[in-house]
Amino acid sequence: MSHTANAAPQMPPASTMTASAAALVRTRLPHWKPGLAAPRHSEIFASSDEASGAGLALALARDAMKVAARDMAPAQEDRRQILWVQDRSALRLTGRPYVHGLPPELHHRLIHVEAGSPEDALFALEEGLRCRDLAFVLGEIAGNPRGLNFTASRRLSLAAEKHGVPLWLVRLDAQHDLSSARMRWKVVSAPSSAPRWNVEAPGRPTWRAELFRARSHPPGEWSLSDDGNSLIAARPHSSPEKPTPPDHVDLARAAGGRSLAAL
Amino acid sequence: MSIWLAQLAVDRWRLSNGTLRGQGADAAPTVLISETAHGPRIAAANEAGRLAGARSGMMLADARTLCPEIQTAPADPAGDLALLEKLALWARRWGPWSALDPPDGLIVDVTAVAHLFGSERRLIADAQRAFAARDLSARMAIAPTAGAAWALAHYGSAHAILAPEEDATMRLAELPVAALRLDPDVLTVLRRLGLKRLSDLGGVGRDALQRRFRNRKSPASNPLVRIDQLLGRVPEPLLPVIPQDIPLVERRLMEPIRHRELLDQVLRDLAADMARELEGKGQGARRLELAMWRVDGEVLVRALELSASTRDPAHICRLFSAKLDDVDAGFGIELLRLRASWAEPLALDQRDIESAAEEHGTSLSACIDRLTVRLGKQAVQRPVPHVSHLPERAQRWQFLSGAPSTSVDGLRCQPTPPPSHPYPRDTLMGGWEGEWAGAASSHEAGQKRPLKLLDRPEVISVLYATPDGYPKAFRWRGEVHEVKRVEGPERIAPEWWRERSTARLRDYYRIEDEKGRRYWIYRHGIAGDGRGDLPLWYLHGIFG
Repeated sequence: MSHTANAAPQMPPASTMTASAAALVRTRLPHWKPGLAAPRHSEIFASSDEASGAGLALALARDAMKVAARDMAPAQEDRRQILWVQDRSALRLTGRPYVHGLPPELHHRLIHVEAGSPEDALFALEEGLRCRDLAFVLGEIAGNPRGLNFTASRRLSLAAEKHGVPLWLVRLDAQHDLSSARMRWKVVSAPSSAPRWNVEAPGRPTWRAELFRARSHPPGEWSLSDDGNSLIAARPHSSPEKPTPPDHVDLARAAGGRSLAAL
Repeated sequence: MSIWLAQLAVDRWRLSNGTLRGQGADAAPTVLISETAHGPRIAAANEAGRLAGARSGMMLADARTLCPEIQTAPADPAGDLALLEKLALWARRWGPWSALDPPDGLIVDVTAVAHLFGSERRLIADAQRAFAARDLSARMAIAPTAGAAWALAHYGSAHAILAPEEDATMRLAELPVAALRLDPDVLTVLRRLGLKRLSDLGGVGRDALQRRFRNRKSPASNPLVRIDQLLGRVPEPLLPVIPQDIPLVERRLMEPIRHRELLDQVLRDLAADMARELEGKGQGARRLELAMWRVDGEVLVRALELSASTRDPAHICRLFSAKLDDVDAGFGIELLRLRASWAEPLALDQRDIESAAEEHGTSLSACIDRLTVRLGKQAVQRPVPHVSHLPERAQRWQFLSGAPSTSVDGLRCQPTPPPSHPYPRDTLMGGWEGEWAGAASSHEAGQKRPLKLLDRPEVISVLYATPDGYPKAFRWRGEVHEVKRVEGPERIAPEWWRERSTARLRDYYRIEDEKGRRYWIYRHGIAGDGRGDLPLWYLHGIFG
């Protein structure tokens, strides 16, 4: 399903050629940026020797949750649970979620499902999407299992859109097969910016993410990083050599609000 | 109700031979013998053997002199007890719980059950029919106390019923003192005293008996205690002690069912009954047990645990339907019973809540129930922080179903201090006070700890300057990673209070390779620490 077909209602009369229509759509559709409302079903393709898929999925999901919370009335904090489903090979390849590595607001809200087979994982994903008490569902499935065909992906999309529970499906080492996901990302890790206090240390998580299919946005590529509070997007080729402004987020957080002199 | 299987051992031997009563091998005088220090002794004798003069407890040689052609077979007390246990389970068809009364008796609680059968007399007739169908000889009696029922079953008239309003003293007066379940030596004492019947004991006077048996404490050796138990003056605890008010519904079927559709139909009816039952009590079920009595005497039990109390019949049926797939109905199921062995208060609600749930999605507890029923209890877990500085011990997994509460606050980690150190801590751990505080408060750990932890750290081969230089490059899963950025080491000592003294420390490094992939690796030990060879490196976690 290409974005040109999806965007048909907004297109000018059919007499124009498809290529130019696509170009037109590309100019008229808004570019993706953090802080936009996310679709209910997104796929993220990642390699299995890094955790960038899950990391970006969490970052995007938190961004989307922030958008949803901004649109709603400023009520009490969101305490809904999140469901993290892994099939066994994904678990073997990239390990289990680690509670001390999660963003702080998700520490007490994680429910982990270890599914023996991809079919069980799909079942768990669909059950999670039907549950109104979940903030979002994160799935990790390795490879291109037979059960995850277009029909299964369509089922997930429909369930997610009916019940309003977003699904972030991480595909590890997978081909870009047919899918009904509204946004499809391809992500690899990128060298991080240097922290201010120790330039030799790894910095905050950074990814190079390519949005190669989306209904409401033209494709594009971004360098995304998560500073612990929000998702920051930059054009990847804008300033590769320019020294990024050093951040001291790590240290301020470690101080926990105390004076830095006390450290 | 007390059931006495007077010929349990012989019946079992006969049934295992597949012969009918009094025919085939059972027609010849046969005794079951057990080997003792003084030679074979008769444990039980069949009908023909008893006619020939053999008695249980007699030496086999003595019986041979009376009846030279007597046949023998080995006794099997363990097998008899196993059969008795199965019978006890099976006998719960007449009451909510039953207890063993070894070696050859059963006690079934039929309190407030008789109306299901019509009356006590019909209940006993039903039990009699059931035991006759299994070709077991049984005597049974119903009485207000277990002791009285036992006495009537063993020494009373056939199928005696002692109603609560009857005078138990009068009714039981003519029974022999052996009906008190006393030890043989106490019976000998009573016989020598000339006390043969219960009425004789009544005539002696309580004080005299108390003096005579003042140092006999156990009930089986003190007639007074036994008389009090018989008459219900002192309680007699019996195992299993299950609370009496368990919501329980059952269906006795005219025809045994063998097909799944019918089973589902009966289950729906049972669930609806159970919902009414629970609604009446204002309760919801947390654990449900479905027991199916098969025609051939087997009992199949399927249990279900729910993470939140419910009484919704559709929900119960859906959860059970996954568990009924492997039920082997055999020749048919004749009785089904649904029991809520764990119920919690659940307020009454409006009827249309379920339809709202259909539209607005399921609740979290229903979702978790469905997941655990299909994937198993161990598949759905929640990570909880645990106070430990070892990374893999700093998180524990907690089951969601069956937990008393799934509320967020109930799952917060309760920080427990590490065990008190007998020595000053800095000499051992080099000032880890701050790290302990860090382990308990995890706000700073978000940047330091990886998003994912491998279940087992994977061995990597690392290029580094010994003994403790930074890693330069490493090979993991067949690929060489060049280390571009590194931070460390973060030294994590073994927990000396629970590990052996030879456990090695770990030096953790956060590294980033040339493509920006971030890992958490550690060197296990340090060269020259006297705890093994050159240290190995492991990859433990992956950063997001």
